[in-house]
Amino acid sequence: MSIQNLRAIAAIYKFELHRFRRTLLTGLLVPVITTSLYFVVFGGAIGSRMNEIDGIPYAAFIVPGLIMMSMFTESIFNASFGIYMPKFTGTIYELLSAPVSAAETIIAYVGAAATKSLIVGAIIFLTAHLFVDIQVMHPLAMVAFMVLIAVSFCLFGFILGIWAQSFEQLQVIPLLLIMPMTFLGGAFYSVHMLAEPWRTITLFNPIVYLISGFRWTFFGKGDVGIEFSLIFVAGMLALCLGIIGWMFRSGYRLKK
Amino acid sequence: MASIINIRGLTKRYASGFEALKGVDLSIEEGEIFALLGPNGAGKTTMISIICGIARPTGGEVQVAGHDIARDYRGARSAIGLVPQELSTDQFERVIDTVTFSRGLFGKPRNDAYVEKILRDLSLWDKRHSKILELSGGMKRRVMIAKALSHEPRVLFLDEPTAGVDVELRRDMWKLIGELRQTGVTIILTTHYIEEAEEMADRVGVINRGELMLVEEKTALMKKLGKKTLTIVLIDPIATLPPELADWDLSLHAEGQEIEYIFDAQAERTGVSSLLRRLGDLGLGYKDLNTRQSSLEDIFVSLVHQEKAA
Repeated sequence: MSIQNLRAIAAIYKFELHRFRRTLLTGLLVPVITTSLYFVVFGGAIGSRMNEIDGIPYAAFIVPGLIMMSMFTESIFNASFGIYMPKFTGTIYELLSAPVSAAETIIAYVGAAATKSLIVGAIIFLTAHLFVDIQVMHPLAMVAFMVLIAVSFCLFGFILGIWAQSFEQLQVIPLLLIMPMTFLGGAFYSVHMLAEPWRTITLFNPIVYLISGFRWTFFGKGDVGIEFSLIFVAGMLALCLGIIGWMFRSGYRLKK
Repeated sequence: MASIINIRGLTKRYASGFEALKGVDLSIEEGEIFALLGPNGAGKTTMISIICGIARPTGGEVQVAGHDIARDYRGARSAIGLVPQELSTDQFERVIDTVTFSRGLFGKPRNDAYVEKILRDLSLWDKRHSKILELSGGMKRRVMIAKALSHEPRVLFLDEPTAGVDVELRRDMWKLIGELRQTGVTIILTTHYIEEAEEMADRVGVINRGELMLVEEKTALMKKLGKKTLTIVLIDPIATLPPELADWDLSLHAEGQEIEYIFDAQAERTGVSSLLRRLGDLGLGYKDLNTRQSSLEDIFVSLVHQEKAA
């Protein structure tokens, strides 16, 4: 995988961000409104009746989970849509016939999708500040974690976009797998609050490690050790890169 | 002229076992217009797709401008512009943006003057700020050509360039292709409009069922394989052909008013003069004679039928 055609990377990156700009209003308003609603319901109505979790007020406790939840779905949606649309409209011919390597293609599409996802994550973070006073204990680690999560889930979305042969297939994994796993992965509660055997069963959900890791960057504590979270993120990155590499080498659902 | 594309033993077999290409050998010379003819499913688009990097070959080698399409795909693809058969465009993009995007995708630095020239040449300059979805089918086809030319390719592939367009636009497209050729671009077009190849091509290749049946200079092909038809308009109609004319390949038309004779124009003895003498002997007077050279379409149909019969 060589990287030589920087102009192609720039062209695809700009094209994808331009698509984002066309839908800027919904792209930015939706996460702001959704986050606000979560805070009104969970932070205000329900949160005020809940005790602190691990010494953290409930409204603040759910902030990392909310950011992660939106970033998971945004990353998967942006990246899968980015590569699926050229397949759907037939414009993929231009990408396949251009002097562009697999690495350049991935950097451009995943980079653009991750940028959008990070913008959404930052907006939710800022919106959360309107509702709750929140201090970030490890700000650099928080940014690094957001970047890692955005890239990992964009790579996963990119795989979905190549695999999908219909809009239904494009949505089935995020809606039927990722969303439930996120809800059950400690976005709104601590795994320690669960009784056995659910607590042990939940630890088989990889999302737990991702949300826990991100929560650690905020509060210095999580459901599992930060080292386990990093191992999971690294594993996901490596697995996705391996699958994408195979897809490009074999031409899976890209080339006849 | 030097070859700009060299294809050796190109094969393509799909997972289903279908053989789309069965060992094709072909050289395309720089600066020529080459027409690849063939019925639907003959392998035309498969061949173009492999050369351009959209499909993978099962076997064989292809070089474009001296670059192997697998080992040096960047060099090969940089030399190629492709206009596919389907009108595949980003509908919400503006014309100028999509052409600029294509140039960047092929690694070329931004060149507004060149993009303007292409758009002006293709009568798209006035529409440069229009979204593609606002354009007519013909204009969209032009946008696709502009995108294919945006990185200054040496070879332009036009896959069925006039499929589904009206007669006027087809004529415009032919004119445009002629103009492109003047700039030195090698043009390879696939078509099943034989008229198109006859109008524009320097050389013609006929492909059927994945095999290249022939490659010839268009004029030489028409000369070599072309038949002529002599139409004899009789003064008085006849009910049937007299048995004395059985030595010639004749048929009766226009309610017995016309006799048609198909003959090989390249043959040493065409049989025309002896036929006219025999008509005189039989007292069959004629008031008019005319001949017609068979078209590329006749040749193509005959070739494909011969192959089917074999």
